[in-house]
Amino acid sequence: MIQVESLTKRYNGKTAVDSISFQANEQEILVLLGTSGCGKTTTLKMINRLIEPDSGTILIDGKSIREQQAEQLRMGIGFVMQHSGLFPHYTIRQNIAVVPKLLKWSPKQTEQRTQELLEKLHLSEDVLNRYPQELSGGQQQRVGIARALIANTPVLLMDEPFGALDTITKADIHAEFKSLQELKNKTVVLVTHDVQEAFELGHRIALMDNGKIIQIGTREEIIYRPKNSFVSEFFAENRLLLEYKLTSISALMPYLHESGNFLNQSNLSESDSTWHALQKLSTDKTHALDYERLSQAFGEYRKSQIR
Amino acid sequence: MKQQSLWEFVVEQHEKLFSQILEHLGLTFLSLFLAILVGVPLGILIARNRKLANPVLGIAGILQTVPSIALLGFMIPAFGIGATPAIVALLIYALLPIIRNTYTGITGVNPLLIESATALGMNKRQLLFNIQLPLAMPVIMAGIRTAAVINVGVATLASFVAAGGLGEFIFGGISLNNTNMILAGAIPAALLAILLDQCIALLQKSGYASLRYLKLGIPILLAIVAVIYVWPSASKSDLKFGFTPEFMGRQDGDLGLRSVYGIQIKPKVVSDAIMYKAASEGELDVISGYSTDGRIQVFDLLVLEDDKNIFPPYYAAPIIKTKTLAKFPGLKDALDLLAGKISDSLMRDLNYKTDFQNLTPEKVAKDFLTENGLLKEKRNGNAGTIRIGSKIFGEQYILVAIYKMLIEGNTDYQVETKTGLGGTKICFDALANDAIDLYPEYTGTGLLVLLNPSQETIRKVSQHPDKTYDYVNAAFKKQYGIEWLQPIGFNNAYALMMRQKQAASLGIRSISDLKDYLDKAN
Ligand SMILES: Nc1ncnc2c1ncn2[C@@H]1O[C@H](COP(=O)(O)OP(=O)(O)OP(=O)(O)O)[C@@H](O)[C@H]1O
Ligand SMILES: [Mg+2]
Repeated sequence: MIQVESLTKRYNGKTAVDSISFQANEQEILVLLGTSGCGKTTTLKMINRLIEPDSGTILIDGKSIREQQAEQLRMGIGFVMQHSGLFPHYTIRQNIAVVPKLLKWSPKQTEQRTQELLEKLHLSEDVLNRYPQELSGGQQQRVGIARALIANTPVLLMDEPFGALDTITKADIHAEFKSLQELKNKTVVLVTHDVQEAFELGHRIALMDNGKIIQIGTREEIIYRPKNSFVSEFFAENRLLLEYKLTSISALMPYLHESGNFLNQSNLSESDSTWHALQKLSTDKTHALDYERLSQAFGEYRKSQIR
Repeated sequence: MKQQSLWEFVVEQHEKLFSQILEHLGLTFLSLFLAILVGVPLGILIARNRKLANPVLGIAGILQTVPSIALLGFMIPAFGIGATPAIVALLIYALLPIIRNTYTGITGVNPLLIESATALGMNKRQLLFNIQLPLAMPVIMAGIRTAAVINVGVATLASFVAAGGLGEFIFGGISLNNTNMILAGAIPAALLAILLDQCIALLQKSGYASLRYLKLGIPILLAIVAVIYVWPSASKSDLKFGFTPEFMGRQDGDLGLRSVYGIQIKPKVVSDAIMYKAASEGELDVISGYSTDGRIQVFDLLVLEDDKNIFPPYYAAPIIKTKTLAKFPGLKDALDLLAGKISDSLMRDLNYKTDFQNLTPEKVAKDFLTENGLLKEKRNGNAGTIRIGSKIFGEQYILVAIYKMLIEGNTDYQVETKTGLGGTKICFDALANDAIDLYPEYTGTGLLVLLNPSQETIRKVSQHPDKTYDYVNAAFKKQYGIEWLQPIGFNNAYALMMRQKQAASLGIRSISDLKDYLDKAN
């Protein structure tokens, strides 16, 4: 668990991070979302002391991060850079093994863990002997993530880890990432400026602007109960899409009067999003009626959410 | 006499050549190694503490602009003569490229990678060795490569301070008008530079892994260096000899000492510029020199009597092509104004004024002409330009300045001077190829270096100064169309000299005394 208390950072008199406070819990992904230059990276880097704050405190599991040596602290925190940050003179194998080497793991243990991560991140074994520049952007990002995961640290900080990817690859990696068992008991703080990514991956979202957190909450809270006009305007463009995506079919069940027997027919499950279900149903003419019913149910559900 | 081919020279001198190459390599490697030892940490330091970067790079830059010979000269008071001052001087030259490239290499590493490594938990030391140095290695290697090539070149000058190396052949050859000798030194030096450059380029390609080879190479290198510098120091006599490269190769020099006096010694080869000082400071005991040198009186040296007459007379006179004299009427009369005007002691005095009172040759020349009533107002005529050359030592500069004033005061010609031409060969070639019109030469040099007749002739004509003069004048006219004008008066012959005090305490007055002393000592 990370607790951030009135954290402030100024650059040459200009405030980059302005007295922000938030908490990131265990077993959750907290997303820091905001436009370019709003202070996301600065905030994230203060957590592992790449940047020292001007004032404020940060506690990890109740302990101030200033209590231990910076190097010790960092070895206990996985960090994924905004750009992959792989070392060009190291092979992928060596890149992944940087932290184990610092921790003086045995070669056997390192190798075992590397293999494990390769599998989980869908990387083929032959990349190990290649150099970073011989990998595609997506592969590099995965290696960057593997490097951050290898020591199985309880805290993981990620700065736009999928920033350099095209939308299709991004969607694939998002799916893989979400299903990573590795993340389930970590505290993850993920920085992005991509609204869809924030909603795709985040359990909770902190929306930042100009060095301040404007609103922090679950995805539903952010979308359905925006704190002010800035928040609602921020999502205005993606609003409908996000809502469809956010709403699982199970949430619509009370509004589906003729109960959803289409689920089994079309290979959908209750945990799928409305967006996903509608997409699927819209491709098949025989489900035209189901499509209509689902849309209607969503409309009623939505009315109940917006008060 | 049949000309010796380069190959014959190399075969004949292969032992010397081999040891010179070894010395050259030793100097280059040892200084390079030390420069890496000093330069890389300094580069790292200033990369970490950028405030220091400008002063450190500035100082290294200034040191590098000091002319090599001057730098070698500065080293002598601190380190004496021999390998040490040469290595220190070479080290200083090699520093700048190594420091600068280490600095730019390290500061040029992508800051994102530094941050990435820091984020993974590396401390400063791990960051340096795992990330910064490996990524900067190609740039650092390029610096070392530059330094190595510079050092092979500058190491040729090490012979000036008796550190040996291929410079012995190169500068000996220039002084002795021996092309084979020059080439035997210059070609291996060039090859060494290319070889070293390519070897380091190979290391550079193999990247960071090459550091491991370097670790292997260092003990080998140190072993070579140790062999080179410890081996020859097992000399018997306690007198230290230092001769110029020119003296080493001449019939009237070291060769004469061996064959006529039977003095068998292993002298250090050292430049004229520093020899006297080294002798006065006790770094050397017996040196070769010139009898009109102003430094003899300054450093309180004794000229040993040449009781077996191996040093032929060295009367100075301007030499000039006959056709040039015809082209510039009146020139000969102006030049002859100086004939017989300067005695040995007067020349020594004039030399003393430039070398030790730091008067300019022009000032000394003007004062001399004024005192002798020879100075005339400059005519500023434009009937043509006479180009006068000089070798690279004080006496010649003074003579050239005097001639310039005489010509400009007594004729309508203008004078252009080309002073500081490296040695006999360079001056003479310049004259023969009409790059200059005249320069002051010495009869002994003309005889032994330029004409190089049989032993028999040499013995015959060097008995008397006039005979020598007549012989060279006739031979030059015949062979080159060059005339010797009337001698200036003084005889700047070769001489052996020692410190007055030491000579007195050992009871040495002549070269034969020296020989006796050496025989007893062994
Ligand atoms: N080293 C620095 N010196 C001066 N100003 C800085 C420095 N680093 C960041 N800033 C400023 O601080 C503010 C916040 O920067 P930060 O990098 O945290 O933004 P960000 O939210 O991560 O943006 P992006 O999405 O573009 O990465 C910006 O206005 C930036 O210009
Ligand atoms: Mg950022």
